[in-house]
Amino acid sequence: MSHLADKPKSGVEWTSDKVTHVPYRVYTDEDQYALEKERIFKGPVWNYLCLEAELPEPGSFVVTRIAETPIVVTRDEDGSLHAFVNRCAHRGSLLCLQRSGKAQQITCVYHAWSYNLRGELTGVAFQRGVKREGGMPASFSKDDHHLRRLKVTTFCGLIFGTFSDETPDIETYLGEEIARRIKRVLHKPVKVLGRNTQILHNNWKLYFENTKDSYHASLLHLFFTTFEINRLNQKGGIVVDESGGHHASYSQIDPAIGNEEYGDQELRSANQDYSLADPSVLEGIDEFGDGVTLQILTVFPGFVLQQIRNAIAIRQVLPSGIDSTDLMWTYIGFEDDDEEMTERRLKQSNLAGPAGYISLEDGAVGNFVQRAIQGVDEDESIVLMGGDRAESQPYRATETSVRGFWKHYRTLMEGKVPDA
Amino acid sequence: MNAETRNRIEALMGDYAAAIDDDRLEEWPDMFVDDCRYVVTSRQNHLEGLPHGTIYATSKGMLTDRVSALRDANIYEAQSYRHIVGSIQILGVDNGVATVRSNFLVVRIMHNGEMILFATGCYQDKIDVSGEKAKFRERLVICDSQNFDTLLAIPL
Repeated sequence: MSHLADKPKSGVEWTSDKVTHVPYRVYTDEDQYALEKERIFKGPVWNYLCLEAELPEPGSFVVTRIAETPIVVTRDEDGSLHAFVNRCAHRGSLLCLQRSGKAQQITCVYHAWSYNLRGELTGVAFQRGVKREGGMPASFSKDDHHLRRLKVTTFCGLIFGTFSDETPDIETYLGEEIARRIKRVLHKPVKVLGRNTQILHNNWKLYFENTKDSYHASLLHLFFTTFEINRLNQKGGIVVDESGGHHASYSQIDPAIGNEEYGDQELRSANQDYSLADPSVLEGIDEFGDGVTLQILTVFPGFVLQQIRNAIAIRQVLPSGIDSTDLMWTYIGFEDDDEEMTERRLKQSNLAGPAGYISLEDGAVGNFVQRAIQGVDEDESIVLMGGDRAESQPYRATETSVRGFWKHYRTLMEGKVPDA
Repeated sequence: MNAETRNRIEALMGDYAAAIDDDRLEEWPDMFVDDCRYVVTSRQNHLEGLPHGTIYATSKGMLTDRVSALRDANIYEAQSYRHIVGSIQILGVDNGVATVRSNFLVVRIMHNGEMILFATGCYQDKIDVSGEKAKFRERLVICDSQNFDTLLAIPL
């Protein structure tokens, strides 16, 4: 990890080289957060930026972020994609001031420096002065003042960007199984059905861990369990890639398995009397032809692809401070969906999102942790369900993919792979 | 349009806000006709013509289900709303259905006293005024912001 070589190792100390006990300070320590921005978000990772479908033609641009760093993604005249920091090379002003749009060039409102869609500086107002007075020194070269550019790649219509030269190509980064499971869902051109943003009052990692945590799903989310969309006793499992950072959790209906495990434990969520006045909210079709009713997939450090029956969404996890996170939801369908299919997706989208029957709790539960660990220097959380490894497992009563997250996190933060 | 129609619409608007703010959510679905539409979206989605709703209901049954889910299934911290609804604009009445627009502002009050401006926006309604009691055929809740703080449990 040569990107760490010249930097002092600091940050929160872990009690062992395992990932089964996570010090609470990783969620509250400002130095840790500063280090994450450097070693994770600007490190050898692919950050999700936006969809290709959101840049439909030459000149299209989309504004997004990597952690708190503002980013612009563009499609140039030739159709190729670019991304750069949304900050003028002159005095640091934001350049693009709307979420998306079309432009031939990008001009800073402050002093009218202008850039092409590749992020190259093309114009400096009054470079030669006014009436031969003032202006830039003769030695000033526009070529030295391009915008801070990212490397960009695409996969299945998803656009990713990286600041690091060490990031491997996207397929190597994802690994075979995660790549296959993204392709499984995003197998044809998508269209955006809508967006919203959930403001979370917790550290970004608490949300990202939550999406990797299949253990909580049937315990916190009663709606899920009651309607047999997701039970720990369904067929299913967890895939963790070799780095640990990415995962896919999936389930398939398996009527052969009963409910004994639930009955014995008298869990709050084991309510069989609950029935819907209008069950059409759950009426899905097996559009991928493999019986998988649910697949939640994450790509390190902040991308989530959700398939809950026919409700497909992308969640972008964007830290906005040590204890706040913007969760950007993009709900999608496919270009060739007919009206009936779109309506089905819209109805099933009641399951997820800020008001989602099976996801609204996730907007609050990270904050419950954040509030409980304020000012705590001691103590750690326990991530022991399913052992101490970060490996693929054919069951879901496990925290293996949460351990996977910490495996890759510690690898990047500390420059060595932990024992997991 | 006569004064009676306006009175019915205003009574519905008042009852709607009071039922939600007083935690009488069970009365909320009854303010809609059976094959109603209730969609919560944002100005941004609405302007872009994007159909997704943060809440997307196409029947009174789906509204009933939302209430039972809030009562029996979903977990969220105790909270209440205060709806402030501005004066209504009746844009027309056609075949017993009024097209109505009004602005809203909703403050969310948490059990610990924390208050935030949770949502502002405009209601675009189709209201059935043919019966003694007016009922919503369609209520489109267009929030000015696409952001939702923490979660949206109680309806707007």
